[in-house]
Amino acid sequence: MTHTPSGAEAPVYYDLDEHPHPPGGSTMLGFWLYLMSDCLIFAMLFAAYGVYGGSFAGGPGPRELFELPLVAVNTTMLLLSSITYGFAMIATDEKRQSAVLGWLGVTALFGLAFLSIELYEFSNLIHEGAGPQRSAFLSAFFTLVGTHGLHVTFGLIWLAVLVVQVKRRGLISDNVRRLQCLSMFWHFLDVVWIGVFTFVYLLGVLR
Amino acid sequence: MSAHQDMQDRAVHGHGDGHGHADGHDDHGGAAHGSRKGYWTGFILSVLLTAPAFALVMTGAIGDTRITALVVTALAAVQIVVHMVYFLHMNSKSESGWTLMALIFTVIIVVIAISGSLWVMYNMNANMMPNMAMEMSGGGM
Repeated sequence: MTHTPSGAEAPVYYDLDEHPHPPGGSTMLGFWLYLMSDCLIFAMLFAAYGVYGGSFAGGPGPRELFELPLVAVNTTMLLLSSITYGFAMIATDEKRQSAVLGWLGVTALFGLAFLSIELYEFSNLIHEGAGPQRSAFLSAFFTLVGTHGLHVTFGLIWLAVLVVQVKRRGLISDNVRRLQCLSMFWHFLDVVWIGVFTFVYLLGVLR
Repeated sequence: MSAHQDMQDRAVHGHGDGHGHADGHDDHGGAAHGSRKGYWTGFILSVLLTAPAFALVMTGAIGDTRITALVVTALAAVQIVVHMVYFLHMNSKSESGWTLMALIFTVIIVVIAISGSLWVMYNMNANMMPNMAMEMSGGGM
């Protein structure tokens, strides 16, 4: 506050000019808000799994169905893909395009490995007659883990598109922004997976 | 005029202070950046938090499943924070703190939704189908 002599009107300033908003300036915040809403979707699926996780309808339970070594390998794949995406982002900061493409490729491989293992697990379960229609527990399980898997699938499609874009147009600011968004998306999926392997698999086997 | 112009420039480039729009409208998007060291730290911490969780459950090293469950849950909670800090670069400054505000809001909603669902459904099962619950025990709520 500035001191003005008594009796004088304190000057009031209005900021009437529109501030320049460069395109993409609010993308990161907006994308973060999207991720938070996505987080709410997963929260509801976790809640559903928490409620139905014990309703086996006389069918098989987590202890008979889940193979923890497979889940451990899967967790490793996703964690490795997280750090390789981190290296891609560092290469982006350093403007080394071929390194970016290389790390994105490695990330895609780990992501594909994760998805393949998950699909293998799902097909095994369905073959054993433990498909999503078997019990409320399995419905909730397939919905939660399947939604996460779908997110990873779309992340991989996005990653492939970005590889093409970086190849064709280089590390222009638009592409850097897109890489940053996918970075947040990818690491966010890893955070959700922490919840999945802990609450679905580990605690499921314990119960 | 030139002072005004200068202020706009600073606002655009994210160095303005005390200015609502100054949250990094350049190509860095106001998000904090990771370093090689940061990613490695996060990765190693994650391994150190994930491996014991799997080992505890697979070997049954702690006899009491309830304590094992508590430990595993605690490890997961710490690991989520590690991922937030080292991989998602959460801090109170990115985007003038709005990412953190959004995160806190989301966490509150998530906690209410999950704990509320479990609480309500547990009580409903306990109060409304006493016989069913006994017949169907074995599965456990």
